[in-house]
Amino acid sequence: MTDGKLPLIAKVATTASKTAAALSRAAGRGDGSVIGGWIGLKIDPDLLAHLSSGRAVALVSGTNGKTTTTRFTAAAIGVLGRVATNSYGANMPTGHTSALAKEGHTPFAVLEVDEHYMAQVIEATRPRVVALLNLSRDQLDRAKEVAMMAQMWKTTLGQHPDIRVVANSDDPMVVWSASSSPQVTWFSAGQRWQDDSFVCPESGHPIERSGGDWWCTGCPLRRPKPQWSVEDEGVIDPRGDWHLVKLQLPGRVNIGNAATALAVAAEFGVRPIEALPRLARVTSIAGRYAQVERDGRNIRLLLAKNPASWLEAFDMAEQAPTLLSINARDPDGMDTSWLYDVDFSPLRDGRPVLITGDRAYDLAVRLQVNQVPFRHVQSFDEALASVPPGRLEVIANYTAFQDIRAELDRVN
Amino acid sequence: MSTESLRIVWIYPDLLSTYGDRGNLLILAHRAAARGIPVETYEVRSDQQMPTTADVYLIGGGEDGPQAAAAQRLITDGGLHRAVNQGAAVLAICAGYQLFGHSFFAKGQKCAGLGLLDLYSDRGPTRAVGELRGDIDPRLGLPALTGFENHGGRTHLGPNATPLAKVTAGIGNGDQTEGAWAGKILGTYSHGPALARNPAIADLLLRWSTGADRLAPLDDAWAERLRGERLAAAASPA
Repeated sequence: MTDGKLPLIAKVATTASKTAAALSRAAGRGDGSVIGGWIGLKIDPDLLAHLSSGRAVALVSGTNGKTTTTRFTAAAIGVLGRVATNSYGANMPTGHTSALAKEGHTPFAVLEVDEHYMAQVIEATRPRVVALLNLSRDQLDRAKEVAMMAQMWKTTLGQHPDIRVVANSDDPMVVWSASSSPQVTWFSAGQRWQDDSFVCPESGHPIERSGGDWWCTGCPLRRPKPQWSVEDEGVIDPRGDWHLVKLQLPGRVNIGNAATALAVAAEFGVRPIEALPRLARVTSIAGRYAQVERDGRNIRLLLAKNPASWLEAFDMAEQAPTLLSINARDPDGMDTSWLYDVDFSPLRDGRPVLITGDRAYDLAVRLQVNQVPFRHVQSFDEALASVPPGRLEVIANYTAFQDIRAELDRVN
Repeated sequence: MSTESLRIVWIYPDLLSTYGDRGNLLILAHRAAARGIPVETYEVRSDQQMPTTADVYLIGGGEDGPQAAAAQRLITDGGLHRAVNQGAAVLAICAGYQLFGHSFFAKGQKCAGLGLLDLYSDRGPTRAVGELRGDIDPRLGLPALTGFENHGGRTHLGPNATPLAKVTAGIGNGDQTEGAWAGKILGTYSHGPALARNPAIADLLLRWSTGADRLAPLDDAWAERLRGERLAAAASPA
């Protein structure tokens, strides 16, 4: 469907949405990736469905890696034609609506979806493919319990047997969620964080692990054999061919994200060999992994929102001065207890560690118990001034990351 | 202490560890070691037998299903009852606190608790989420309680349990009191984790379990800054 075939109300809503987004950006208030959709949906509550109609849609959801995997997937499907995508991490229906309205008609759309909104967004966008990455604890004071989220996904996917599900075989919660779907492609991207899947969601019995394998000790739930998997610095496809994955984004976790994107793109007919050069061109996403030069410092931004993603950030960070910043505002979750789910000892390697953010004192007490020496700084500028020229790794949770990104002129 | 070293058990981290509950274990062990007290820690999973001779038992918060499973398993195992009867100290948080009572609600059903604290819990009209602050029972001689609470339960104390604190901000048990204590058992809704924000409670558990009247002071400058910030944050309306 082209814009010309949209119902009148959807046309009005689309125009208003684009205008509001442009105004928001011009006013320096943000990316404009939420406000436009919000206004559009006020005018036409079915705008997301109207804008999705006629596009082949892929949805990407999970606790971690959504934004990067969405960007990789959009890059890969770009082989076939224009792709609309919410590449700024605005992952609720307002963000989806903004993204589709802004791009106009495109044959494809790849949308990152907040875990809680899966049912609603599946109803509105009628996707061809849904990718499920992982499920772990996030935002303790308000997120749904991990098991409840898995149940919600399972119910929704059971109601939509026409959707091809691309799911992580290494996460028992994800495997259980996908078990209601008759058509699943499994990928193995690893599971670094296992504390939320000690217990089988089906039977309540303990889950045993050995090597990369896992199985429930009380029911038939076990790791399915993946069609796609990560091996060394590459990905093995369903035919058994190994492809070297060269990325500008750091860490093994991003090779896993690339494998997921290749698996999703393959469902649209894209071959790995076509997609890989495009993945290699992805540098940073909404500031994540961005490198900024300032005052002779090479600042690299790593986002770590929850225990699982902190482990990944430590894996990526070089042994260089490291600034940690923690907030506990609404989008972060207001309970900082999770700091004790993270082992900060990888930072105990002699590097200078600086801490800042609204909740620096929580972090200070945590690091003391973890025997990581640190220094508290009041601001990002003070942090910059107190490290020598060269690399500064910055690891921050969501709003702390946005604060620092704003200091760096909203670097993308 | 029943042996040369202080033995700390963390009960069922596979079921009840949703709110950074490992922190209470780490802080208690850290503060003991800083006083030169040798420490042994045990993480006892729900498919293992509960040791009966440790000095301190910690139990954390969790979701409804695991809470009900943990209570059932602890009742069947019986080890924790024996340990408590032999005088072990206990810190029970949130879901772990509720299951120390006679009964609690999980997944819409009334579940039997351990009955080691004279209290029961039911569902409140709203979920209690936010900063929690209270004045601790003066008999315990501790400074103000600070924590972050997140629970749907309301807890009602019987005559053989005493409120841990009088609430000055937040919901706690739901009747202006928060938590409970009896003998050497402490229960509270405070996350944070509780011992990070309330090192004096950690030291109380250490005094109870070692029999020491007093412990060498530690440098708690960062913990004091954290306490000052959170106590003030609880005072202002969210």
